[in-house]
Amino acid sequence: MQKTIEEINERIRSGKAVVFTAEEIISVVEEKGLKKAFEEVDVVTTGTFGPMCSSGMFINFGHSSPPIRMNRVWLNDVPAFAGLAAVDAYIGATEQSERLGMQYGGAHVIEDFINGKDIVLYAESYGTDCYPRKDIKTTINKNNVNQAYMFNPRNCYQNYAAATNSTDKIMYTYMGTLLPEFGNVTYSTSGELSPLINDPEYRTIGIGTKVFIGGAQGYVAWEGTQHDPGQERLENRVPISGAGTLALIGDAKKMSGRYIRAAVYEKYGVSIFVGVGIPIPVLDEDILLKTTVRNRDIQTVLVDKSGKEDLNIRVNYEQLRSGFVEIRGRKVPTAPLSSLKFAREIASELKRQIQTGEFILTEPVERLRNDGRRLNKLEEREVRL
Amino acid sequence: MKTIKVSLKYPLNSITTPLVSTLVKRFNVEVNILHANISLNKIGTLIADITGEEKDIDAALDFIVKQDGIRYKIFSNKLIWQEEDCVHCGACTAVCPSNALTMNRETWCLEFSKEKCLVCGLCTKACPLNVMSLQA
Repeated sequence: MQKTIEEINERIRSGKAVVFTAEEIISVVEEKGLKKAFEEVDVVTTGTFGPMCSSGMFINFGHSSPPIRMNRVWLNDVPAFAGLAAVDAYIGATEQSERLGMQYGGAHVIEDFINGKDIVLYAESYGTDCYPRKDIKTTINKNNVNQAYMFNPRNCYQNYAAATNSTDKIMYTYMGTLLPEFGNVTYSTSGELSPLINDPEYRTIGIGTKVFIGGAQGYVAWEGTQHDPGQERLENRVPISGAGTLALIGDAKKMSGRYIRAAVYEKYGVSIFVGVGIPIPVLDEDILLKTTVRNRDIQTVLVDKSGKEDLNIRVNYEQLRSGFVEIRGRKVPTAPLSSLKFAREIASELKRQIQTGEFILTEPVERLRNDGRRLNKLEEREVRL
Repeated sequence: MKTIKVSLKYPLNSITTPLVSTLVKRFNVEVNILHANISLNKIGTLIADITGEEKDIDAALDFIVKQDGIRYKIFSNKLIWQEEDCVHCGACTAVCPSNALTMNRETWCLEFSKEKCLVCGLCTKACPLNVMSLQA
């Protein structure tokens, strides 16, 4: 037996949809059995709230009088990319303030913008016949720009390697502060609640899938950068490290500062916490079965971030969440970097929106690539000019 | 009764002084060792809470400085956690040496124990949202 997304949407519209989060569904299927649970359950919701550096926001400022063809743009002193049409720009989350350095960056601009604050726009131009103006300084906010949408080239990594440090010195990394001599281990996914871990072969999450992003409704726009579906997988098809990724788009004007938060990693730089929730329509028993994946069935590799040692250690998320993992016979404390509390909140909020008919599912227009092709490396080739 | 948090710095070769037991026996104070790293031929550190009557604590501190080369520093700072801005990611728990910052493994909320805090400030740097700060 199979269900269609349209049938599920009908149940959502009539307020009858049966929805569980990816944590709740585990015991539901355990109690009812797969067949009966499949008959009853329409949607499983997932959630994640972690730092996702590859994020940013497009803005169209509107034209001034006289007009300017902006070719260099700063927002609150943070450079934005302006190599687009006259008054379009893209502010990347990790870009840093010219004055404050990594204490304030693109992520802070985006968070301030979403919170409705005024942002100082400064732009320069060489001046053209049709756009004579050479500079402008003003303020913008979410009520006076034309469009502002986040376009995040890589969100929702399907699993991620846990990190540790074999050296005798503290390391400051995007995986947090790593203490010397295997002093700690950090990890960053929401495990059994994580979107792509619950749909490991991208059977329902595809291009055009509507998602919860930053408190608004957005879409999967494309496969994310570094999408690597050919990663080694376990029998349950869950990859053992970073694999699939998603490029997401969503209206920043409708987002909430609760689910988009700027972050600074000591001596590393700026990043941004992005809250994402993705619904999985339960179209057949296999799709439902895959959403019952448990933390103990999700493994990840442990990587020495100094690159000095090949640890060859795999751990599962039940172990990571227990507070300790073993490295060479020693108990090493673990710490998460993505917020499970907020991931749960997002999965529950998405569940509520579906139950109340505020969130209608979409049919993907195309599936995500799921082949064995691996990532290319950047090689240093001879340059002939 | 009051409690102060002190950091003691031991010079090389001063490990023959039975400091803690002397403080307890002679000055009637309680000493709760929070962190200690003392070994032969190395500069050592000891961080402890000292609890007692004010005059006893003062006398105990006087005694400490009369020991050969041992120096103390009273922690007057305290850690301020802006809980309402915290996203409970857990990054601070990766560096907290005394388990004052821990994740509740049911709710996955951050929990802070003021008593266990060494006021070392490591979490203020590790926190990506800048919600941890030291205050005098």
